[in-house]
Amino acid sequence: MTPISFYTSRSARENVLDALKKAKMNESYHAFLSINEEQALARADEIDNNKSKGKLSGVPFVIKDNFLTPVGATTAASHMLEGFYAPVTATAVARLEAEGAICIGRANLDAFAHGGSTENSAFGPTNNAHDKTRVAGGSSGGSAVVVALDIVPFALGTDTGGSIRQPASFNGVVGVKPTYGMVSRYGVVAMASSTDVIGVLANSVDTATIVLDIMGGQDENDATTLPSYFEPLIGDAPKRRVGVVKEFMSEDVDPDVRSITENYIEQLKRNGHTVEEVSLPLAKYALAVYYIVVPAEVSSNLGRYDGIRYGSRADAQTLAKTYGLSRDKGFETENKRRIMIGSYVLSSGYFDAYYLQAQKVRTLLINDFNALFESYDVLVGPVAPTPAFKLGENTADPIKMYLADIMTVPASLAGLPALSVPAGTTSAGLPVGVQLIGPRRSDATLLALAREAEQ
Amino acid sequence: MIQISHQDVLHLAQLSSLQLADEEVELLASDIEHILGYVEQLSELDTTGVEPTYQVVDLQNVWRDDIVQHSTVTRDDLLALAPDSANHQIKVPKVM
Repeated sequence: MTPISFYTSRSARENVLDALKKAKMNESYHAFLSINEEQALARADEIDNNKSKGKLSGVPFVIKDNFLTPVGATTAASHMLEGFYAPVTATAVARLEAEGAICIGRANLDAFAHGGSTENSAFGPTNNAHDKTRVAGGSSGGSAVVVALDIVPFALGTDTGGSIRQPASFNGVVGVKPTYGMVSRYGVVAMASSTDVIGVLANSVDTATIVLDIMGGQDENDATTLPSYFEPLIGDAPKRRVGVVKEFMSEDVDPDVRSITENYIEQLKRNGHTVEEVSLPLAKYALAVYYIVVPAEVSSNLGRYDGIRYGSRADAQTLAKTYGLSRDKGFETENKRRIMIGSYVLSSGYFDAYYLQAQKVRTLLINDFNALFESYDVLVGPVAPTPAFKLGENTADPIKMYLADIMTVPASLAGLPALSVPAGTTSAGLPVGVQLIGPRRSDATLLALAREAEQ
Repeated sequence: MIQISHQDVLHLAQLSSLQLADEEVELLASDIEHILGYVEQLSELDTTGVEPTYQVVDLQNVWRDDIVQHSTVTRDDLLALAPDSANHQIKVPKVM
């Protein structure tokens, strides 16, 4: 775990050369979709020649390949956007670059961020950093692996239903999904706009805190951004009231994952926090809500990919066939499943029974959370029911794959901040993360608690 | 239990502007059937009188001053992204 101060104390060029070397050494994990060697070195020289230094001066980082920048193609790991060079830079990336950070490349993901293993990438899966026969998790799988392999201290990810937290858990790194609205989504490929969040995968809680502090705050290009509220907490974490979500600790959860979570809870108690078991009865319905609401939003957000204004276009005689063939060739099977489920739940005759009912149950789930947050500051539980599974193990059964998200989607539907912190390893040597969830805008509280337990 | 036929998949594909290959249709029919079967559990819950949640930020009507902001992106930048263009216009196949 290399602290940010190590990087800022060296020359930018040295940092970038090291990161590029490590990236090449670890090519076989297939964590990168592209590397910006030339541009990164040019930027490093610029930074080394500049007297004014930013907070991340010369620190190399990686972006998930669904962040738009003019450097390198933004593919979203899809054939649809293969060769798409964006004319704009995502706000999150621009803010980090303004502090001197240097993007060295783009990380693999499930195509359009649809998935929980990075196996839905049009360019092949990423291997887990601790066991190459296992998945990286997803959808920010590449971002988690480049941090776990110590290529860079942090990588950007997106989290719509667990896409930062679950790969963070699977690879043993810190993963933070901030409060919905904290970080601007301008310049990031949209998936499900009511839950999409930009966040960070990092080698420590401190690194994650610095990065979030820089990225957060209002952006006139994203009307859903909240006025800046994030203030990192310094010093000892105050004593908190912690609730252990009993629905997340059931028999269905892998015994190693449960015992690692229990050990983490004991640590919280030893640190003087009050810990009690709590119930989130609607949690078991959250996955069903998610797999209605998200496909609905996906089907409309992905409507823009028609092969006309940008992206790849298939050859056909008529306009309608051009749309149809471009989309069939440009999307992966999981993209098509979600688009079609979305079309189904939004179509007349089914709208009330599926989409409207899901949005009402979402309200009930949010009410459940709000009631708990009257008595508790933080909720704790596992991130995922299992450690990283084998490559190919869940690809034949979409429901089985979706179940990997069962403990991460509730916070997404409610827009709550949630993070995944490494908590231990299984007997087979696989990392397991624990999830902390708090009320909206409590990001700093969660990070402070995680930092204390990290030590 | 919901049943999704070959015809249903083709209809959904049409609504979604997806020209599916024949071999994709069968597979998608069974996947979609399973997924809808799973999410159907929400019908167990009584939601009478509950308001739906469409968005989770309490922000409403975020305004800005009505001033034209000049983008750094030019018309040529955008046209260059299109697979086919001519005379400063994006070209598409025949519509009718």
